[in-house]
Amino acid sequence: MGQAIAFYVIAACILGFAVLVVSTKDTVHSVLFLVLDFLFVAALYVLLGAQFLAVIQVLVYAGGIVVLYLFVVMLVNLKRPPEAHQDPHRRTKLGFGLAAAVLVELGAIAAYGYTAPASATLSAASAPMPVAGNTEQVGWLLYTQYLVPFEIASMLLLVAMIGAIILAKREL
Amino acid sequence: MVDQLVIPLLKIVIVLNATLVGVTYMVLLERKVIAWAQSRLGPMRVGPYGILQPIADAVKLMIKEDITPVRADRWVFTAAPIISMVPALIVYAVIPFGPTVHLFGRPVNLYITDINVGLLYIVSVASVGVYGIILAGYASNSKYPLLASLRASAQLISYEVAVTLTLVSVILVAGTLSMKGIVDAQYNQNVWYAFIQPIAFVIFFIGGLAETNRAPFDLPEAEQELTGGFHTEYSGMRFALFFLAEYANMIVVSSVATTLFLGGWLPPFPHVSALRFLYYIPSWAWFLLKSFVFLYIFIWVRATLPRYRYDQLMRLGWKVLIPLAIANLVLTGIVKIALM
Repeated sequence: MGQAIAFYVIAACILGFAVLVVSTKDTVHSVLFLVLDFLFVAALYVLLGAQFLAVIQVLVYAGGIVVLYLFVVMLVNLKRPPEAHQDPHRRTKLGFGLAAAVLVELGAIAAYGYTAPASATLSAASAPMPVAGNTEQVGWLLYTQYLVPFEIASMLLLVAMIGAIILAKREL
Repeated sequence: MVDQLVIPLLKIVIVLNATLVGVTYMVLLERKVIAWAQSRLGPMRVGPYGILQPIADAVKLMIKEDITPVRADRWVFTAAPIISMVPALIVYAVIPFGPTVHLFGRPVNLYITDINVGLLYIVSVASVGVYGIILAGYASNSKYPLLASLRASAQLISYEVAVTLTLVSVILVAGTLSMKGIVDAQYNQNVWYAFIQPIAFVIFFIGGLAETNRAPFDLPEAEQELTGGFHTEYSGMRFALFFLAEYANMIVVSSVATTLFLGGWLPPFPHVSALRFLYYIPSWAWFLLKSFVFLYIFIWVRATLPRYRYDQLMRLGWKVLIPLAIANLVLTGIVKIALM
């Protein structure tokens, strides 16, 4: 009961702040709402018993990436509102398309959840895990079952880093 | 009921009040120590040897006019001091001041909570604290605070990397992320981690100086260049909040350094039976004593060293501390595997 109330309050806050992020005129305020949004997502992780993910969420997203966003927003002065484009409806078609795609995806997830709920969750849970504790479990899964995606993601970050250095420093 | 609600609340109240009193007296201690370093007396008027000076300061700050500049971003301007202060205080939730003791026939843990990701919690909360400084500079809508806040955030982000890497090598040695677990590991391995991780210890302390904007890394508050720093436009109690947050962060860094590197609440040589009598000094007193040593060094450094130049600061962070921290981490991993 208490958990359900907490979940709905947190979920409402996440959605509310997400709307504020895209609807606020002032860019800095928008970034701040994004931080609040990430903090509530972290709260959701705590509610699910994934403290490690919650802490990493705050550390990486709220404390790291958004700080850099804020840097960029502060340095490129966006005080004046953007000029209106000639065709105000140019994004509407794209928006409807994306919304439809998300809706289909959500429907597919819901349908899958109804048809095969027990087997899917059971097979994931029944895998024997030789370690106890949240952090150890995440580490274990990352370095065994999800090793290839993990390494690919780290390669991607490395490429991004090298790209940023090359873009910023033209003569090395 | 009592265990679930009353005792944790009491502990929170005690820790918060102790922190705030400690913070105000840190200010006095700093003024006194710097005065002694410069052959002065320091504050002497309010109370014997000036010991009531913090109270006079607090009253002064509270009755001062609270100004919001006309061109400031009002909401963010108000929120910034709060955003600086809150992370500095909630970190104390996971700092262990002592083990479980028996008080009035009831076991009481001398820490508010012991979560299994305690150290990461501290790092992540501290990383949120940087918003207070950035937003203060931005919301003031004034050029010097903006410059100072850009300096501060660049500095914090750079040194955070080195500090977090040293923490990883400590975690490797201890095998746990829980603050209490790290002290227990030092008890079981019979050594303070300052001795088996000396490089991490030094990097952590230097990084701590930089992350709390203390001398010699106090560029965000360089009065000569910035007419004050990121809090130039603040006055009264809101200015005081920034000030208190800085000192609260100093206490946090000292407590974390004590816990990770100096054995937390443990007396020196906890296994030597000839030194059993050291256990008569309560555990929290050892903790406070060790933290006090760090706080004193913080002040001592400020009285001794001149300020770094900005490019020197960045060079030290990125070209010396981070490579050293990575090398230390790799070495720790190799030694750990070799010993297994």
